[in-house]
Amino acid sequence: MSIPLIELAGIERIFRLGDSEVHALRCLDLCIAAGEYVAVMGPSGSGKSTLLNLLGLLDRPNAGTYRLEGRDVTTLSAEEQARVRSERIGFVFQSFHLVPRLTAAENIALPMILAGIAPAQRAERVAHALRDYGLENRSGHRPDQLSGGQRQRVAIARATVMQPALILADEPTGNLDRATGEEVMRLLEELNQGGVTLMVVTHDASLGARAQRQLLMEDGALQHDRWRSSETAADQCARPT
Amino acid sequence: MRTPDLIRFARDAATGSPLRTFLLVIAMAIGVAAVVVLTALGDGARRYVLNQFSSIGSNLVIVLPGRSQTGGFNPGNAITSTPRDLTVDDAQALRRASAVHRVAPLAVGTSEISVGGKLREIMVAGTTAEFIEVRRLTLAQGRFLPPGDWRRGLSEAVIGASIRDEMFGREEALGQLVRIGDRRFRIVGVLASTGQGLGMNTDELVIIPVALAQAMFNSNTLFRILVEATSRDAIEPAKTQVTEIIQLRHEGEQDVTVITQDAVLATFDRLLGTMTLAVAGIAAISLAVAGILVMNVMLVSVTQRTAEIGLLKALGATGATIRNAFLTEAAMLSVAGALVGFALGQAGAAIIRQLYPAFPAFPPDWAVLAGLGTALTTGILFGVLPARRAARLDPVQSLSRR
Ligand SMILES: Nc1ncnc2c1ncn2[C@@H]1O[C@H](COP(=O)(O)OP(=O)(O)O)[C@@H](O)[C@H]1O
Ligand SMILES: [Mg+2]
Repeated sequence: MSIPLIELAGIERIFRLGDSEVHALRCLDLCIAAGEYVAVMGPSGSGKSTLLNLLGLLDRPNAGTYRLEGRDVTTLSAEEQARVRSERIGFVFQSFHLVPRLTAAENIALPMILAGIAPAQRAERVAHALRDYGLENRSGHRPDQLSGGQRQRVAIARATVMQPALILADEPTGNLDRATGEEVMRLLEELNQGGVTLMVVTHDASLGARAQRQLLMEDGALQHDRWRSSETAADQCARPT
Repeated sequence: MRTPDLIRFARDAATGSPLRTFLLVIAMAIGVAAVVVLTALGDGARRYVLNQFSSIGSNLVIVLPGRSQTGGFNPGNAITSTPRDLTVDDAQALRRASAVHRVAPLAVGTSEISVGGKLREIMVAGTTAEFIEVRRLTLAQGRFLPPGDWRRGLSEAVIGASIRDEMFGREEALGQLVRIGDRRFRIVGVLASTGQGLGMNTDELVIIPVALAQAMFNSNTLFRILVEATSRDAIEPAKTQVTEIIQLRHEGEQDVTVITQDAVLATFDRLLGTMTLAVAGIAAISLAVAGILVMNVMLVSVTQRTAEIGLLKALGATGATIRNAFLTEAAMLSVAGALVGFALGQAGAAIIRQLYPAFPAFPPDWAVLAGLGTALTTGILFGVLPARRAARLDPVQSLSRR
């Protein structure tokens, strides 16, 4: 049995706003195996984004431990966390977050530039990504010259170009119409079929239903953890006692 | 992040907001251009004055009556406080000194010149034939005062170019009789025009024999004795010899001041050098202002690009990478501004030289280097704060900002 990709134990995330405290995540235990496709659902403000930010090492929990590929990443320094983000994690955002002054190709190359990968290798991988996502004749276009669907494809290409183990998508279809959203989900699911672990936050129950596993959040706590077919990877994780 | 990528990234960020970049580059450029132009003016003034002084004559030692306060204590001086006059005999005595080549006594006063009903106030210089050599003057017409006995003199006068023009217009001046004070003189020469210079303007001068001038002013005293040393190396010996001879003649009292042209030059050099430095300092303030502007604009830029910074962090950028990107951008803007300012400043100095050819308005090398250096350091120094702020932004909050 291989070690699980993600292990959360006793995670707490508390935001303090003046005197009041918001428990964005409370007493969260979660175990996700490599290659899973997980949909995170729940009402607005239930802590879905907070969970994804934590998993993506953009945020630190107030309590609890987070093991990524068996390694405790909560205690890493900021620089080490940046390195883990660069090499193991890809983000897809609701509002795309492309750099407006850069072309599609340059946006896709950005994670490799930040990681210091040589230009020749970058060009090769960007060309490959443009082909994979059907963006060959859009490579020189800036984001404002692209449609919403094309922008999200550029963002997915960017998220995958470093060949991460985990892709975190926070409402990736939230700004797209139904058909384009479908197409984007299909791309993400293809990545998952290629072995990448996929976590998608969504409001849409029908989109969520396509995932192998659904997490239902409510008020910062995990309400339901449901597998579509019961035989899967659950036994990889030693259930917390 | 590789260095070329860092530079390209910073360049794209800078060109991505052209107005901001333009304003910063201009602010920096104005600062550097101010340093270059103002120091060119200051140093130009220094060179101009030095040139003017050099043209007065070379290897000059000047004797003036009265002791300068900087001399040592002399008991003889303490008793008789009024200094003895400098006389023509004193001047004549100096001719014997071995380090002395030529001597010209100089008595100065004001008088009036009149000819054909025209009357004009003038400066009269009483001197001898040697004066033209010692002062390196040139004649436009005729000849200078003839050599001869210093205690006598023919009633002959040499006039400056402006006086010639005003008194005679198109008429021939040479050989004309004029009245100066209450004596009649024949004009034997006209000095070449020297234009506006420092000290005595020879264009406005009437030169007559020293004996006649002293009679005219009813005084035995001289204004100066101009001594030309035999060579540049002989200037110091000449000074010593001149001091000794006069002291001997004045019963052991050191009641004259002997200065060399070099000493005067050095004083002016120092004075105007300090002025240039002060001007450069004032100009440097505009560079500091430009630096503060860079800082504020970069801070605004950090705020505007918060979402981008959050994204870069999500994509794996470390704090150091983001800090370097912003620092590189600030440095690039400063370099661009400094270069543009350097070009503008040099162009400005060139225009000044075109307009005033006599004025050598070249910015000194040290000022150019200091200007460029200050621009770069202020730009980078004031870029540090915004860069650090960018590096410390919380990625989650940055990303949620729209
Ligand atoms: N930076 C923050 N400061 C204060 N409260 C926050 C912050 N981020 C999130 N929260 C609060 O935490 C809770 C969970 O937020 P979030 O994870 O964004 O919910 P979701 O993505 O499920 O809509 C909400 O009540 C929200 O108001
Ligand atoms: Mg959310």
